[in-house]
Amino acid sequence: MSAALEVRNLTTRFDTRRGPVTAVNGVSFSVQPGRIMGLVGESGSGKSVTGFSILGLIDAPGRITDGEVLVDGTDLRSLSPDALRRMRGKHVAMVFQDPMMTLNPVLRVGDQMAMAVRVHDRVSKAAAWDRARKALETVGIPSPAERLKAYPHQLSGGMRQRVAIATALLHGPSVIIADEPTTALDVSIQGQILAEVRRLADETGTAIVWVTHDLAVVSSLADDISVMYAGRIVESGTTEEVLSAPRHPYTHGLIDSVPTRHAPGRELPQIPGSTPQLINLPEGCAFRPRCPRATAACAVQPSKSGETHFALCHHPLTEADR
Amino acid sequence: MFGYLIQRLAQAVVVVFAMSIIVFVGVYAIGNPIDVLIDPGATQEIRAKLIAQYGLDQPLWRQYLTFLGNVARGDMGTSMVYNIPVVDLVFSRLPATLELVFVSVLIAVGIGIPAGLYAGYRPDSYAAKAIMALSVLGFSVPTFWIGMLLIMTFAVNLGILPSGGRGDVGSVLGIHTSLATLDGWSHVIMPAINLSLFKMGLMIRLTRAGMVEAMRTDYVKFARAQGLTDRQIVFSHVLRNISIPIVTVFGLELGSTLAFAVVTESVFTWPGVGKLIIDSILQLDRPVMVTYLVLVVILFVLINLTVDLVYARLDPRVRLKGGA
Repeated sequence: MSAALEVRNLTTRFDTRRGPVTAVNGVSFSVQPGRIMGLVGESGSGKSVTGFSILGLIDAPGRITDGEVLVDGTDLRSLSPDALRRMRGKHVAMVFQDPMMTLNPVLRVGDQMAMAVRVHDRVSKAAAWDRARKALETVGIPSPAERLKAYPHQLSGGMRQRVAIATALLHGPSVIIADEPTTALDVSIQGQILAEVRRLADETGTAIVWVTHDLAVVSSLADDISVMYAGRIVESGTTEEVLSAPRHPYTHGLIDSVPTRHAPGRELPQIPGSTPQLINLPEGCAFRPRCPRATAACAVQPSKSGETHFALCHHPLTEADR
Repeated sequence: MFGYLIQRLAQAVVVVFAMSIIVFVGVYAIGNPIDVLIDPGATQEIRAKLIAQYGLDQPLWRQYLTFLGNVARGDMGTSMVYNIPVVDLVFSRLPATLELVFVSVLIAVGIGIPAGLYAGYRPDSYAAKAIMALSVLGFSVPTFWIGMLLIMTFAVNLGILPSGGRGDVGSVLGIHTSLATLDGWSHVIMPAINLSLFKMGLMIRLTRAGMVEAMRTDYVKFARAQGLTDRQIVFSHVLRNISIPIVTVFGLELGSTLAFAVVTESVFTWPGVGKLIIDSILQLDRPVMVTYLVLVVILFVLINLTVDLVYARLDPRVRLKGGA
């Protein structure tokens, strides 16, 4: 089976006043149809920029300097701006973090969704509304016909995020990039939406990239996990592999700092230091200054160790270290 | 909605009353118009007789009550200078101002909003920078000076446009306006451009600011992620959102232009109400001043009411509450 989304060596740079910043640095991964990949990282690790880069939605002063983004085998980077626009929404869609902001406050939900339908398909307004209604039904919104006539402020946060997801689903895209779509929601609503997304991926075969900083969310949702640090994917593998047998010290530190009920009363370990500023990264491994396993060898950028489950580390953790 | 309208109209009546008192007291404080109006050589008797005739010997509160009583009978008084009913006088001048303001607002909005949209859409382009530079000139260079430059250029040096006055008046659908004749247009176009420059600058800056801000919002990014064209994003998503501040300022500007197009009307000797009010103040023609200012208040109240109603149409989050 060929990948729905394949990203190769994606590099995005921002030319800031203080110099160029490489927010996404040679990122490669692929997602098979129907699978969900969790793209995990702290704020500033480049995970959101990766999401926007895939759709080619990077505004100046940022630009994608290298790499390929293949959706169903088409390289989005090689397309003209208009051809790329035609791919967006149709083959690759996106859902954003804050459902309060992603819908236009002065337009009815149905009008916004119908516009998204009609930009790619020449159908009547009535047919577009009908498709919007079906999409709302798919994401579990009760009485969708009424909801279509509502304005965004008349809907709850969870409802709005469902509308956004339904909008992303309108054209049955092969790939959906979800940029922390449940972060702004209540935990109970979050659970409902995660279950909904899992079901949609299984039923429609849509490949989903789930960008998040929340390991707990991906552990229950994703099939695969890629961990980003300072613009690079430092570890990648199946959810099972990465969570139960992390190889990169950073991943290990992240997992270790999630509170569990298995070790109550224990002081929560944390990773010392803070995320580095991308403008002056240390030579070699960017995690080196915070890493308990760092040696002189780490001053050289490490290469991948491992095949399907790999880490970008000179001293990957072994069974004995965990 | 209906309750809201009633409430607003009731408020308007109170405002008009308060305004009439302020104007009355203010005008009373300026001085005795008889001193200006009559021949300085007139005898004391004639003087006293005239003062009694206009009721100026009465205490202020009685003069005001008399005025109110007359207004209730539809009589706003008679101009002391022109000796014709004030209402006729004001309404004979109003069409000239209305057509001037109408054309200038049309120019300001018709050029200002598209230019502002472009300047906000491509903020780094040279065209955008040129537009912004023009907008700064538009509202920092004094109106009268630009007016005189326009006259110098187009009337004196090139001789292609008349230097002032109102042109031939034609009739369209029973309305007498100089916009119905070519000669009328040749007269109105220069003062209208002059009057529009400030507003155009304002419209450009407001639209641009709104546009720049809106293009950074998540809903625009989301629309782009759906594959919408830039044209759809600007005209379907952004324009509606940024029109709220634009409508507010537009309303305020429309009101003040209608009421105080004085400078432009003076430069181009345009026979509008602005010129009338200045003349009336110089000659202490009380009934004209009072009537005119009350009319201005009514205009402002109506414009603000319209702006509020337009808000509710534009932004579904605005609810007009009546009653409480």
